[in-house]
Amino acid sequence: MRSKYERPVSLLSRPSGQRLTTSAMIASLAGPDQRTRPAPFGHALAALAETRPEIVGLTADLGKYTDLHIFAKAHPDRFYQMGMSEQLLMCAAAGMAQEGFMPFATTYAVFAARRAYDFICLAIAEANLNVKVVCALPGLTTGYGPSHQATEDIAIFRGMPNLTIIDPCDALEIEQAVPAIAAHQGPVYMRLLRGNVPLVLDGYGYQFELGKAKLLRDGNDVLIVSSGLMTMRALETADQLRADHVDAGVLHVSTIKPLDEDTIIRAAAKPGRLVVVAENHSRIGGLGEAVAATLMRAGVTPAFRQVALPDEFLDAGALPTLHDRYGISTAAMTASIQRWLAA
Amino acid sequence: MQSQVVRPNAPNLAEHAYRIRRNALLMGEVQGQGYIAQALGVADVLAVAYFHAMRYRPEDPEWEGRDRFLLSIGHYAIALYAALIEAGIIPENELETYGCDDSRLPMSGMASYTPGMEISGGSLGHGLALAVGYALGLKRKKSDAFVYCLFSDGECGEGAVWEAASGAGHWKLDNLIGIVDVNNQQADGPASEVTGGLEALADRFTAFGWYAQRVDGNDIAALTAAFDAARIAAVAQPRVIVCDTRMAKGVPFLEQREQNHFLRVEPDEWQKALAALEAGRAA
Repeated sequence: MRSKYERPVSLLSRPSGQRLTTSAMIASLAGPDQRTRPAPFGHALAALAETRPEIVGLTADLGKYTDLHIFAKAHPDRFYQMGMSEQLLMCAAAGMAQEGFMPFATTYAVFAARRAYDFICLAIAEANLNVKVVCALPGLTTGYGPSHQATEDIAIFRGMPNLTIIDPCDALEIEQAVPAIAAHQGPVYMRLLRGNVPLVLDGYGYQFELGKAKLLRDGNDVLIVSSGLMTMRALETADQLRADHVDAGVLHVSTIKPLDEDTIIRAAAKPGRLVVVAENHSRIGGLGEAVAATLMRAGVTPAFRQVALPDEFLDAGALPTLHDRYGISTAAMTASIQRWLAA
Repeated sequence: MQSQVVRPNAPNLAEHAYRIRRNALLMGEVQGQGYIAQALGVADVLAVAYFHAMRYRPEDPEWEGRDRFLLSIGHYAIALYAALIEAGIIPENELETYGCDDSRLPMSGMASYTPGMEISGGSLGHGLALAVGYALGLKRKKSDAFVYCLFSDGECGEGAVWEAASGAGHWKLDNLIGIVDVNNQQADGPASEVTGGLEALADRFTAFGWYAQRVDGNDIAALTAAFDAARIAAVAQPRVIVCDTRMAKGVPFLEQREQNHFLRVEPDEWQKALAALEAGRAA
């Protein structure tokens, strides 16, 4: 009889040098040769706060783990440690916004989306307050298992009126997004990549604009519509597909809500392309379904596939292993697209 | 420390409380039922808050220097509207619109509907946590305004109340004054049975670092003294006044009703209720 504790691969049969540890990628999602910048959110917020005295930073015992410690060090009198109390965190941010401040409140995406939802919804979003909720560990960016993996945060938040949702790709975009979301009047949820964050989009002359999807490269065979770290993977996938004489374009959609429907419809309407939506999120309720509904409403119906996490509680382990296992590594995504094109 | 001074007792606090109760009954009649017993019970607390303790400008409800009053228990809106009408912030002729379509006085209090309603309450457990943010914000602005937050005994079952209690104590928010209405009645029955812990409520706040008082919430002299102490106490602590109130206070035949969380009053009883209230009016 199979034990409930049995794992698919017998670990002890593997030499210890070949065991990938959960701490792999814990400090950075970057590959070995990838360029990175440290703590882009913390540095961008600290810099912006120099000219925006109304900015304050709040966290629920995750300052160091959301890069807010950089801000706290630069502006100690504007940093509020709320302790391990996400409900209080969100309401305190709302109260400070009511008094005219612009709070950036940080925690992990699981805690904001699951634990503090009612508080973000009613205290912040219903009142349309100028609170920016910035959350690390979006989707599958930790190997700690379901307690820390926010695989459904976008599905949870998309139904919340007034809330803008962004999913930046790299260090450059995070740096650009911070002043942009500060300039936006109203609540924002930002999925955060932390630590040494890969730097990719500088090679594409990229400029973040809230609410705008950007075509990073065009291609005649496949259009990959992606957000967050999956845009990095999409660009790598497009390079790999080129070796296979497959011409793939990448449309980066970092604002999940409001969705840039016009740009998406225009790009997907170009005939003869397979449309693949790639996201670091459950296949349910995220960018994929948002794009699908947008295209259906517009009567644009290309061949359509999703690269997304399964509707499951995911395994613990090392991120490279898990990204391969669940199909969101560059290699897995490339293989999926090749398979779909061959079918 | 706050610079506000103790004011002399307004001689007519009981009369204000009477008029708040009367306003609540008149609004209750529009719906025929509702949270009338809570409104009657908390009227003395609101009279002391609005006519003794708080600083505000009726003609300018968003005046920056005002004390903030956060109604966490959204269903007590009928009570706060009654007080806001008495305070001149809402015109008296809006009474008859209470809970009607397109009224500024919805049955659960919402900030975007009503002048003087600072927050949208109703999802219980939010108010005190919001108050922490207001208090932090006011301190950043070096304002000497107070944040008052009215919440309830049953609401203390919400974990967020205790996140806020802990946070306020940790931040030593001496500009925050919590008011707990303990009427021992919540949706499913007596709060002492449904939630429990009511006897120790003040002690619980004390343990979280608060300056806590417990008073008879229908004793205007006791309330006045408690609000004064809360404002002037020379301690770097948030303050809480636990107020034991009597549901439907002031209308004896309604006080006797069991299960009066959502009170149904028959059409012919409203005049009797107003008459009973009038009979008990302070001379």
